[in-house]
Amino acid sequence: MHCHNNLSNIQIPEGAKKIVLVGNPNVGKSVFFNALTGVYVDVSNFPGTTVDISHGRYGNDVVIDTPGVYGVSSFNDEERVARDVILSADLILNVVDAVHLERDLFLTLQVIDSGIPVIVAINMMDEAEQQGIKIDVDLLEHLLGVPVIPTVAVKNKGLDQVKNSLYDARTGNIPPALKKELQETLNRIGTWAEALLVLEGDPNVAARHGVAPGTKREDIYHERRHRVNDIINHAVKESNEGISLTTKLGRWMLSPVTGIPIFLLALYAMYYIIGVLVAQDIVGFTEETIMQGMYEPAVRGLVGRYISESSVLGTILIGEFGLLTMTVTYILGLLLPLVVGFYLVLSIMEDSGYLPRLATLVDRLMNTIGLNGRAIIPMILGFGCVTMATITTRILGTQRERTIATAVLGLAIPCSAQLGVIAGMLAGLGTKYIVIYLVVLITILGLVGKVLHKVLPGESSDLLIDLPPIRLPRIENILKKTVVKSYAFLKEATPLFMLGALIITVLQVTGLLETIQDAVAPVTEGLLLLPRETATAFIMGMIRRDFGAAGLSDMPLTPEQTLVSLVAITLFVPCVASIIVMFKERGTREGSLIWVGSWVAAFLVGGIVAHIIM
Amino acid sequence: MTLDQAKRGQRLFIARILGDDVRAQAIRFGISEGAEVHCAEKLPAGPVVICKGKQEIAIGRRLAENIQVRPA
Repeated sequence: MHCHNNLSNIQIPEGAKKIVLVGNPNVGKSVFFNALTGVYVDVSNFPGTTVDISHGRYGNDVVIDTPGVYGVSSFNDEERVARDVILSADLILNVVDAVHLERDLFLTLQVIDSGIPVIVAINMMDEAEQQGIKIDVDLLEHLLGVPVIPTVAVKNKGLDQVKNSLYDARTGNIPPALKKELQETLNRIGTWAEALLVLEGDPNVAARHGVAPGTKREDIYHERRHRVNDIINHAVKESNEGISLTTKLGRWMLSPVTGIPIFLLALYAMYYIIGVLVAQDIVGFTEETIMQGMYEPAVRGLVGRYISESSVLGTILIGEFGLLTMTVTYILGLLLPLVVGFYLVLSIMEDSGYLPRLATLVDRLMNTIGLNGRAIIPMILGFGCVTMATITTRILGTQRERTIATAVLGLAIPCSAQLGVIAGMLAGLGTKYIVIYLVVLITILGLVGKVLHKVLPGESSDLLIDLPPIRLPRIENILKKTVVKSYAFLKEATPLFMLGALIITVLQVTGLLETIQDAVAPVTEGLLLLPRETATAFIMGMIRRDFGAAGLSDMPLTPEQTLVSLVAITLFVPCVASIIVMFKERGTREGSLIWVGSWVAAFLVGGIVAHIIM
Repeated sequence: MTLDQAKRGQRLFIARILGDDVRAQAIRFGISEGAEVHCAEKLPAGPVVICKGKQEIAIGRRLAENIQVRPA
C-alpha cells in the first residue's frame, strides 16, 4: 500500500514543496492559509470521512491546510486526515494560540519530534497581552529550536514576517533519548515521522509498514508534557489570574440556571433564521417562484419537444418525480437554501465556542440514550435534513453511538421539509394537540434510544472536550465553512436523491405504487382509524417526507385524525435519500431494521394514540 | 476520591486516570497525572468542567468517576 494514498487527489507539481499548516482547533489557521495562497483554493474530501481540506499555491509550492487537532494520532477522522497530511509534509507552519500555549505546544513538540522542519507562528498575541500573559519569544525560539514569530493574524500583524521566514523552518530540538530510540526503528520504517508514530502506537501507520504498533505512547506523551510544562515555566509569565468577561460568559453557557435560557434563546434565533427566513421566505422564492414557476416549465418544454412526457423515459426525466424536474427542484430550490442555513448557524455556534459548551450542557440528557453531548450536532442537523445529519453521525466516537443516533434520526426527528407542514397543521389544532404530539414523539425518541442503549453490546464513549474561549466568530471563516460543507453534502447526496426519484418512478410506471397503496389501506383504516385515502400520503412520505405531510393537509380530517396521522407520518420511514445513506453508513442489516422499524413504530404508536383519543 | 466528588471551586491534584486512550487525550490537554487543576463547574449529574490556567475541559460524569484526585 502506498503511504500517502489519501493525498492522491491533490495535485503536487514536480519539485514543489508541500507546506502544511498545523494547529489546534480555532487558532486562526485559516487566516494564515488565505494569506499564503490568495484566492485560488481547492477543496478535497478525504475518502470515507466528512473531512475536507483546502489546498492552494504559494509561489511554486503547495500549501495544504489540515483540520484543527490537539495531537497527531488516530483518535478520530480529523486526526487521521491531519496525520496523513503531516506525514507527507516537507515543511510545517504550526500556528499556536498565545493564550493557550500550554495546550498548543504539545502538538508543536510532537511535530518537532517528527523531525519535519517547523516554523511556529504564535497567534493572538494581543489577546494574550490583554490577559496579562507575557511570552519571551526569543527564549521560546531557543527552547524549541525552530523559528517563532509573534502575530495577530486578523489584524495582519506578523504575516509578512511569517512569509519571509517560511523557508527558515528547521528541524527543532528532539530529546536525545527519543532520537536514539527512533534511530533504532528507522531502518525498518521509511521516515523519521512515521517511525515516531509507530513508536507512539499508531495502529494505521504501523500496519502500513507491517510492524506491530509500539507501546511507548504513554512514556513519550508524559515526557512531552513535562517538556511543555518546563518550557511554559521558563518562557511564559502570567501576571494576574483575573477572570475576563468572555470566560464568565462561557461559564454562564454551561451552568444550567443560565445555560438553559441561553440555549432556548439560541434555539429561537436558529428557528427564526432557518424556520422563518430560510424555510419560508427564501425557499418560497427559490422552490416555487424560480424552480417550479420558471425552471420546470422550461425544462418540460425543452425535453417535451423530443420525448413525450407520457412515455417511460419522459416520466423518468420530466414526470411527477422526474430526474430533471422534481429532483432538481428539490435539491436546488429546497435543500440547498436549508442546508446552507443550517451549516451557517452551526458554523457560528462552532466558531464562537458555543457548540462545545452546548454539548457539555446536554451531555447528561444524551447519556440516557447512550450518547454523549457531542451527538447534539447530528440531532440539530436532523431538523434540517436527516440525510445530512446521518452523514454527520461519523463524528461520533463509536459504532454503537452511530447506530443509536441514526435510528433516532430515522424514526423520531422530523426534517425541516416536513416540519413546516406539520407545524402549520398542528397550529390549527390548538395547544392540547400540540402538547400530545410533542409528548408522544419525545417519549418515542427516548424509548428508542433507551432500548438500543440497553440492547446494543459495548460501551459508548464519554465526553472529553476542550472548551475553547468564547470569541466573536469571523464572517470570512463562517462563510468558507458553510460553502465547503454545503458543497460537500450536495455532492454526496445528489446522486442519492436521483436514485430515490428513479426508484419511485419505476414503482409508479410499473403500477407497484398503487398495489402498495391498496395493501396498506386496511392498516390505515383499521388500525389508525383514518380514511382510506391517507394511505396515499404515507406512500408519498416514502419519497419525500414533506410530500407525505402535505398530502394530509389536503384531506378533510377531524382534529383527532389529524393528530394521529401527524404522529404516524413523523415516525414513518425517512425519505428515500436518507434511507439510502443509512444503508450506506450502517450496512444492509441495520438499514433494513431501521426502515422496517419505522413502519412498525408509525402504525403501532399511531394506532395506540388513535384508540386512546378517539 | 474521584473527580466526580469534587466541589465547584475546589483545587485538586490529578492522581490517576484510568483508561489508556483517555489518559493520552488528557495529557495532550495538559491534564497529566500530578497536574494541579481547579473544578470550575459541575453540572447536576452531568459533566465536570476543570480548569488549568486558561484551559477549560469538560469531562463526562462517568469518565470523572474514573479519575482519581486529591485536594490540593
